[in-house]
Amino acid sequence: MNPTEHPPDTPAEQPANTAGGAGPAPYLEVDGLSVSYRAGGGEIPAVRGVSFGLASGSKLGVAGESGCGKSTVALALLRLLPRSARIGGRVLLDGDDVLDMRWGRLRAVRWAGASIVFQGAMHSLNPVQRVGDQIAEPLLVHGSAAPAQARAQVSELLEQVGLPAWRERSYPHELSGGQRQRAMIAMALACRPRLIIADEPTTALDVMIQAQILRLIDELVTGLDISMLMISHDLSVLAETCDRLAVMYAGRIVEEGPADEVFAAARHPYSAALSAAFPRVGDPASRRAPRGLPGDPPDPSELPSGCSFRPRCPEVQERCSEVDPVLWPAGPGRRAACVQVLSPEQEHSAAVRPQPQPEETG
Amino acid sequence: MSAEADAPGATDATAAPVLAAEGLEVAFTGRTGRSTARAVDGVDLEIGAGEIVALVGESGCGKSTLARALLGLVRPSAGRVAFRGRGLGYRPRELKEVRRRVQLVLQDPTGALNPRHTVYEAVAEGRRIHSGSTADEEEHVAEALARSGLRPPERFFLRYPHELSGGQRQRVAIAGALVLQPEVIVADEPVASLDASVRGEILQLLLRLRDDHGLAALVVTHDLGLAWNIADRAAVMYLGRVVETGTVEEVLAAPRHPYTKALLSVLPEAGAGEPQILAGEPPDPTRIPGGCRFHPRCPVLASGAAQAAGVAERCRSEDPGMLGGSGAAAQVACHWAHAREAEPTG
Repeated sequence: MNPTEHPPDTPAEQPANTAGGAGPAPYLEVDGLSVSYRAGGGEIPAVRGVSFGLASGSKLGVAGESGCGKSTVALALLRLLPRSARIGGRVLLDGDDVLDMRWGRLRAVRWAGASIVFQGAMHSLNPVQRVGDQIAEPLLVHGSAAPAQARAQVSELLEQVGLPAWRERSYPHELSGGQRQRAMIAMALACRPRLIIADEPTTALDVMIQAQILRLIDELVTGLDISMLMISHDLSVLAETCDRLAVMYAGRIVEEGPADEVFAAARHPYSAALSAAFPRVGDPASRRAPRGLPGDPPDPSELPSGCSFRPRCPEVQERCSEVDPVLWPAGPGRRAACVQVLSPEQEHSAAVRPQPQPEETG
Repeated sequence: MSAEADAPGATDATAAPVLAAEGLEVAFTGRTGRSTARAVDGVDLEIGAGEIVALVGESGCGKSTLARALLGLVRPSAGRVAFRGRGLGYRPRELKEVRRRVQLVLQDPTGALNPRHTVYEAVAEGRRIHSGSTADEEEHVAEALARSGLRPPERFFLRYPHELSGGQRQRVAIAGALVLQPEVIVADEPVASLDASVRGEILQLLLRLRDDHGLAALVVTHDLGLAWNIADRAAVMYLGRVVETGTVEEVLAAPRHPYTKALLSVLPEAGAGEPQILAGEPPDPTRIPGGCRFHPRCPVLASGAAQAAGVAERCRSEDPGMLGGSGAAAQVACHWAHAREAEPTG
């Protein structure tokens, strides 16, 4: 079963930037993704036009505060959102648009094309089913493996994620938080997907266990040559794990670029504030000087005029209430949505044209 | 460090500590047939006036149990908790007085606040328990809210927790503690459930309460960055014991215990050095290993460095002992660190 839902010769009007610049064709291409929820008679925009690409074998981190839309993006990629959500734009997975796939094809893509590792492994695992049976389930359903074959594969998967094979007979409550997250990763790997979406995979874990899980994910992603989209509020974890970083604010990507550059020298004031919120132990600048960002993210149903970060921005200028900045080139391979990175003539066109198409540098 | 001398806590280090654990042990008896869990297994720890102490460790190391014992919520099986030099009594009346002066702030403000109580009621409740409803109640509630950074306080009186952001809820929880004018706050992972941007704001608040009002705090956390951000002293806990203690600069910038070193090495963006990821989970407090309790996971013992220093046998057989609680001098419970430092050439 391989129906291509839209004609393959449709020209892409607005090519999303591939993760590695001029590299291999992106395995995942998200183009103008928007999600809004119907609530109280109105539409509340949760994601407002997000575009990015993810090349095979590369790792993209998506950061932002709660409510910025990062998890909604993750769920939209596999159409896991509730019915009240209205989705627009395109999500191309290996050229196929997930958003208008038929149900059967979508089922095949989930697990085998892309799989998700969720944050709370306790809530994502079935508490009354043995771990091994849960890992075998996608194999039996999607991989059409025979039961005996599936059992052998489960042992192999458990070994791959650093759990002893006898753990397949355990129930989730018999495992520690870190072990459960390992089991989740084994399940996500079961059908050999080419993309893993990890939504806050280490948030509830201790530093040492977090380090174990991050190393495991890194080894697997690199070893099996799969792409990864990792979502987290922790910019320091993403900077350490991913090649590229996208910072989201109020439903949009406000900065994107190579992970270490965005973390160490952000161009958008929001990314800069987020990065400063993670102190480097040993750095005299952050000793007895915790740094945060005053205020709260805007209510998505009442976004301010102009730049949505304006009310909290430490570097706000007068023009920020008029210009709603979109992503603009901000150095080689980097983009930021802030009037400060715009040159005067770019700013003029940004104010006139709602959707300018920036020239990609690098 | 000069910054250390400027800190209010450092000036009256000679006075009796506000709150102290002395040889404290807390054991939980297992269900029939199960062995006893020694959650806190001999800890000396002092919190001086106006001092912020970070108690750092992984889940299951006993740090929350120690905090609960300091609040009088769990009775120690040995040793004692002292408030201003006096042992804690466990009769209701004695506990009530101490509980006004030692306040708890929990991790998750959403769970800590009653969803059907307004902000005013949430903050006033503790005061009513201790002083009854007085005429100046509103004044005190307003002041506590203002000190927690909720200004103007009157605007928040009639709000419900669900109308507030996570950071505002944590401020309400802190105001509920401040309204009793405590001398020390015990905060268990006060920012773990908050967004990064809000986290800094709440930490600034704790720091300001100390600087402006001399409020001491014990902050229980697994987050070393938090300790670096606000604490004066740090105590690193492993399997029921404090294994390293000293000023934050000593413990976090120049760690001596292999466990502290490993914890620091796995921080994202730790920079120099290969991360030292310890295998496995923190061991079980029902089966504390003999000798040094860290020896089965110790990278120094595994690498042979302890053998080379001639202490490997002691690591396996001899308990390095308890550390003193005052933290006046940096201390470490490690045979290898002691042997290495005793060598004439560094």
